[in-house]
Order: sequence, then C-alpha cells, then structure tokens
Amino acid sequence: MSEFDHDHHDESRGVSRRRVLECMTWAGTGVLWTISGGVPRSLGLVDSALAAEPAGLTFLQISDSHVGFDKPANPNALGTLEEAINRIKAIPTKPSFMIHTGDISHLSKAAEFDDAERIISQAKLDVHYVPGEHDFLDEEVKFYKERYGRGAMGAGWYSFDANGVHFIGLVNVVNLKAGGLGNLGAEQLEWLENDLKGRSSSTPIVVFAHIPLWTVYPQWGWGTEDGARALDYLKGFGSVTVLNGHIHQVMQKVEGNVTFHTARSTAFPQPAPGTAPSPGPMKVEDSKLRTLLGVASVNFKPGEQRLAIIDTPLQG
Amino acid sequence: MMSVTLRSLGKFAIAAAISLLLGGAHAYADDTSVTIDNFTFSPAELTVKVGTTVTWKNHDDIPHTVVSAGKFRSKALDTDDSFSFTFTAAGDYKYFCSLHPHMTGMIKVE
Repeated sequence: MSEFDHDHHDESRGVSRRRVLECMTWAGTGVLWTISGGVPRSLGLVDSALAAEPAGLTFLQISDSHVGFDKPANPNALGTLEEAINRIKAIPTKPSFMIHTGDISHLSKAAEFDDAERIISQAKLDVHYVPGEHDFLDEEVKFYKERYGRGAMGAGWYSFDANGVHFIGLVNVVNLKAGGLGNLGAEQLEWLENDLKGRSSSTPIVVFAHIPLWTVYPQWGWGTEDGARALDYLKGFGSVTVLNGHIHQVMQKVEGNVTFHTARSTAFPQPAPGTAPSPGPMKVEDSKLRTLLGVASVNFKPGEQRLAIIDTPLQG
Repeated sequence: MMSVTLRSLGKFAIAAAISLLLGGAHAYADDTSVTIDNFTFSPAELTVKVGTTVTWKNHDDIPHTVVSAGKFRSKALDTDDSFSFTFTAAGDYKYFCSLHPHMTGMIKVE
C-alpha cells in the first residue's frame, strides 16, 4: 500500500471527514473538489473548510418571442419581448448567459429576425439559440442558419460546456412526419450518442430544444416522436435538466434524475392541454396578458442534484 | 374572442354529428375548398373529379402549410392566405401541415 492509497472502510457511504482531512495534506491549498451524489461538490477552502459555498452558475431561458405576431392575443409581441429584456437587464447579479428555445420570429422574415436581434442584444449576454418551427419558414430556409446556426451541426444542433455543466441544444422541428410529433431524426440521435460517449456520469447535463422532449399532449402535437431515444442516452447521468418552449406555458415534471421544464412565451399564452378547441393563441383580458408571459432563470449550485428554476412573469 | 371560439366549436360538433349521420367525414361533388380552422383541415376528406382545382385557406392566427409528399407543397400560409393545386391524375392524395403534423387530410381524385 503506498502512502497515498488511503484506507477508507466507509468509502461506500461517500467521502468521510477523515478522508478529506487526509487528502488535504497533499491537496495543498485551494478548493478541494469531490463527488457527492454524482455531482461535483466543493468542500470549501482548505484553510477554512466551511467557507461560503460558491454561488454557482446562473443562466436565463427565454422562449417563443414570435416577433412579427400582431393578432388580438398580443398586437405587440416585440413590445413584450422588450419588457422581458428590460427585466433581464434589471437583474442585480449578471447571469452567465441566456438560452432561447425557439420561435424567435413568427414568419421567419428578415425584418423579424432583425427586430429580435436589436431587442435581445440589449441584454448584453451571450445567447445560445435553438430553432422553433416558426424560424424555418423563409423560402430558402436560410435565415436561421445564417444568423444563429453557424458552426452548428445539421439543422442547428450543438453542445458546449459552462462551469462543469454540459449543455446540449437540439433541433426537433424539421422533417416532421404526417400524423407525428416533433422529430430529432437518426443523424442527430447518432450525434447525441457520440457527444455523450465517454463523458463522466457525474457531469450535470442540460438539454434544450423547442418542442417538449417528453409527451405533454400528443393530440396537439406537444411531444417528440423519438424523444425517448434521446432520454435513453441520458439515463446514466446523475443530473439531467430538459428545457423546452413551444407550449407557451410553464409545465414541470420530475422523473428519476431528469427534470423537465417548459418556459413561458414572451409573446402570447396558449391554452392548457385539452381546454380549448386548438392550441392556438389564447386571447385573455389585456390586464392579464403580462401575468402569462415571462422568462425563466436557472441556477446550478455545485452540490445540488437539481437545478433551481424560477419562472418570473412580466407582471404579477 | 372566447365566445367566437366556443361557437365555432359548437358548429364543428354539429357538422361532425351530421357527417356521422351521413356515414363519415366525407365531402362530395363541387366542394373544392378546404378551410383551416383551429388546427384542423375541413373537410378532412374531399372527393373531386380529375382536373379540379382545390383551394386551402388558413383562418387561424398561426401559419400552416399544406404538404403532400412528392405531390405538392405550399409555402407557410399566414392568416387568410390561400394555396391552390389542380389535380390532373386520379388517386388518393394524403396531405398534412409540416409545422403541425398532427393536422392531416386527404383529397380523393376520381
């Protein structure tokens, strides 16, 4: 047995205080990271073992801005997007970045994308986009790719890392089959499998896509045909968070280590599943509209199994 | 707005009831237009003669498309936009909305 091969009879129950103290003797000064419940956890500075926990990573999600929409459910979708961005600008601690889960525009017109960019850029945050079905409506289907999809794979999927969290942006709004739901397709699923291969199961994963990856209400197309296959690849990971838009309302479900969450739109609300003849824009009293629109803030604290998601309406 | 929606739902229910009495959601003869309301093609099935032009019109506040694989494909139809296609060969033409694929319909050309 070497002098560094510490003998820990209680290792199966996690890292003991004794082991921490022993390891410190050669870990030197600085933050000591260990693994607890499959998630990296800081044990604090060596010289002050109970130092304040790191604040973690905070990012924002906005969705379904539908710039260009001007129907009775909200005649000024650009105005409510601007209100959302103004709220983001007012957050005291600057978030690390923002994700946008699609339907940036209503009809994929160049002017709509221009207006969206002009407003969203005022937040002065990096924005990671995935497309909604409303972002692929231009004749040549090139505006989204030119503006947001450079460097991405296929129709616009990609992954990146931030603060030890692995983020995966997926596209489930192209090549939809008659009678079906959202669709990822074989090529993207293969890419996803490879992207996750060899990654430690303790890496927290955040997946974001436009249409919910779980089946919310198939009668209205609210689900992804091959979403279960994607979730299969994510099974071994200790912490998985799935963020979607498309349904213009907050919905959350926890299944094992996977948390599913949908964000509000910044443009108009849609009805709860099955409560209206169709999922079309829901007209509510003017005074109520802003209570149904909003943004989500997501906080990842090292050591916490689940990411904390806070939905904030534009008003109320 | 809500009352209009409920009224059209009522109308739809009555139309569905009549269709059931007639033995299926099937339209015949000179009816050459299909409307899109509440994410639904109506009539869902339409029978026409060879040479007929069928026109689809979108009444929803959300864009839709009309796509029949390998046969015809409309651009995105915004509110009150239409798309027409002339059927020159007999057959069953299944179609759907490529944005909301749960929306399906069929044109039978005889």
